[in-house]
Amino acid sequence: MTVDAATAVLIIPALSAALLAVLPGYRLTARLNVVAALATFAISLTLFVSRPSAGPYLHVDDLNNVFIVLTTFVGLTTSGFSASYIGHELDIGRLTPRFLRFYHAMYQVLMFAMNLALMANNIGVMWVAIEIATLTTVLMVGIYRTHEALEAAWKYFILGSVGIALALFGTILVYMAARPAVGEGLDAMVWTTLIAHAREFDPALLNVAFVFLLLGYGTKVGLAPLHAWLPDAHAEGPTPISAVLSGLLLNVALYALLRFKILLAANPHAVAPGPLMVTMGLISLVFASFMLYRRRDIKRMFAYSSIEHMGIIAFAFGMGGPLANFAGLLHMTMHSLTKSAIFFAVGHVAQVKGTQRIADMGGLTETNPVLGWGLVAGVVAIAGLPPLGIFMSEFLVVTSTFARAPWLALVLVAGILLGVAALLLRLNGIAFGEPRGAAAPAKASYVPMFAHLALVLLAGVYMPPILVSWFQNVAKLLG
Amino acid sequence: MHGLNFDVAHLLAGSLVLVSFLQLYQDRLYALINVFAVHALMLALSVAWQAHVQDAPHLYVTAAIALGFKAIVIPVALHRIIVRLGIHREIEKVVGVGPAMLLGMGLVALSMVVMLRVTAEAEPLAREDLAFALSVVLLGLLMMVTRRNAVSQVVGFMSLENGLVLAATGARGMPLVVEISVAFSILIAFIVIGIFLFRIRERFDTVDVGALDIRRGERQ
Repeated sequence: MTVDAATAVLIIPALSAALLAVLPGYRLTARLNVVAALATFAISLTLFVSRPSAGPYLHVDDLNNVFIVLTTFVGLTTSGFSASYIGHELDIGRLTPRFLRFYHAMYQVLMFAMNLALMANNIGVMWVAIEIATLTTVLMVGIYRTHEALEAAWKYFILGSVGIALALFGTILVYMAARPAVGEGLDAMVWTTLIAHAREFDPALLNVAFVFLLLGYGTKVGLAPLHAWLPDAHAEGPTPISAVLSGLLLNVALYALLRFKILLAANPHAVAPGPLMVTMGLISLVFASFMLYRRRDIKRMFAYSSIEHMGIIAFAFGMGGPLANFAGLLHMTMHSLTKSAIFFAVGHVAQVKGTQRIADMGGLTETNPVLGWGLVAGVVAIAGLPPLGIFMSEFLVVTSTFARAPWLALVLVAGILLGVAALLLRLNGIAFGEPRGAAAPAKASYVPMFAHLALVLLAGVYMPPILVSWFQNVAKLLG
Repeated sequence: MHGLNFDVAHLLAGSLVLVSFLQLYQDRLYALINVFAVHALMLALSVAWQAHVQDAPHLYVTAAIALGFKAIVIPVALHRIIVRLGIHREIEKVVGVGPAMLLGMGLVALSMVVMLRVTAEAEPLAREDLAFALSVVLLGLLMMVTRRNAVSQVVGFMSLENGLVLAATGARGMPLVVEISVAFSILIAFIVIGIFLFRIRERFDTVDVGALDIRRGERQ
């Protein structure tokens, strides 16, 4: 049997997970983790050039190709960040070597599950993959085994389980809708078959299915009012996991939702999925922006910022049309890169200061200039100030909304501005002014953080035309 | 198709909904777990009947999992856990019997209205199964939100999941049903082990009383 690139992207993380579970030693395993992530990333790049044809379980098309490459890339940089972060955690004894093995194995299992969810050509397999991803992140959130970490993991577990249970019900309903048109058995769950026959499906069943899928996968995306697990899970787990959660897992869940949105859009009689997504997106955005003001914990604050941006993205896709979809895709990519860069910085900041309390941080640009300015750059980027990438995507979302639904745009802009003000307010206290808290030099690897920020800057200043046309193609797919 | 097949399937799925109602007002954990065991037994019978009706032997595996794992192993394990945690005598009251039953009836009515309307063209067996399944799912959700105790929340989640398995087996010829029920069993095993290892007693709290007030959403 020859192994094609798509299978390799799955096999490498799976094998290295098994290997990392048994290998001892921090240096070796941390490096192996990076090497495995690098290999996965390198192979995922070849998907741009040649794609394996779609089978009943896996497929690669224009839509998921971007996400696979993004996932493996952020997986790679996060593994680099994780190596230096975890080294410090071992030094201060928050993690024991036994848990480290577990951590690395789980990291690769998570990569496997996310890649599988993205490539799945079968809505059942996609569901199973997202369940695996949820389980592994639950285990990793609780890895410190403090009271707060367990509580956060439990909350995430219960809410996440309810979410995926609802998503499964939606998946079953999609199967029921497809069965009369496609026939019994495996075919009625294969995505490429489903989309080809979507016109003939029973629209009423599809509508109900989408509501369940929206609530189910929406819980995983962190859309309000189903977001309650997200800030806890981000704040209490190891920071590399916060980076992967915000940067990747939320995207994967949203991707699952997008797949079903395309399915609904392909059926002329089904209800338009847009307004539902627009409503949930706007609620998330406004709610999270208000919540940003009263945060005392730095990781919790950026978790709310993730809810805010997921809201903007869901809003953009809900509006639909080539321009808004384009903006949504761009925003998804930019948010992934920026938010994980911020978490890289925040992880080291919390290690330097020995706390996550915002009140105990101050004057970071004086005590740790590189780290401090890195964080400033990240927050400026996430706030959507020009000339960085998020400015571009937010600008596109706002202008395309103004052209079509000015009243919605007002709410959108108000939400965004509220969020920006809150972030800049907090940033001022953390990065500038009198130094507060411990000021030990950071033992950090800055490469991942600045690599992400450089990409975000590049996207803001100059988008390569090939990338633009790629995104435009995908945006058309999304309807 | 309105023969014996249909009637038995209808009876079994209907009893599942009935047992879900019984769960709603159990205020002692022991009794709740026993009722859940009956719930799982009903599911096993129902799935086995579907396997027989649809002539789909792989569904017997799902039925066996429901019987062995959910009706026997999990209840026994939960009985032992609550004794170990010292909460087997506890009585919990969050929402009274009356309101809970009324809410439950509302949810069942809702799922009947929704599912029977949208599946007008499907075959009657699958249709009724789906309506019952959604009722069980919603009743499970209702139980999860009305309970504070971690164990009874898990019981709520498991009965919700029973509803999903019922839906999946009712959808004739659906692939991956066995795999999905195995995946769910693993998930539940994890939850149960989690309760035991970390001694989670209340919804988001542990038995460690000294640490109880550290956090309600935000660290001070």
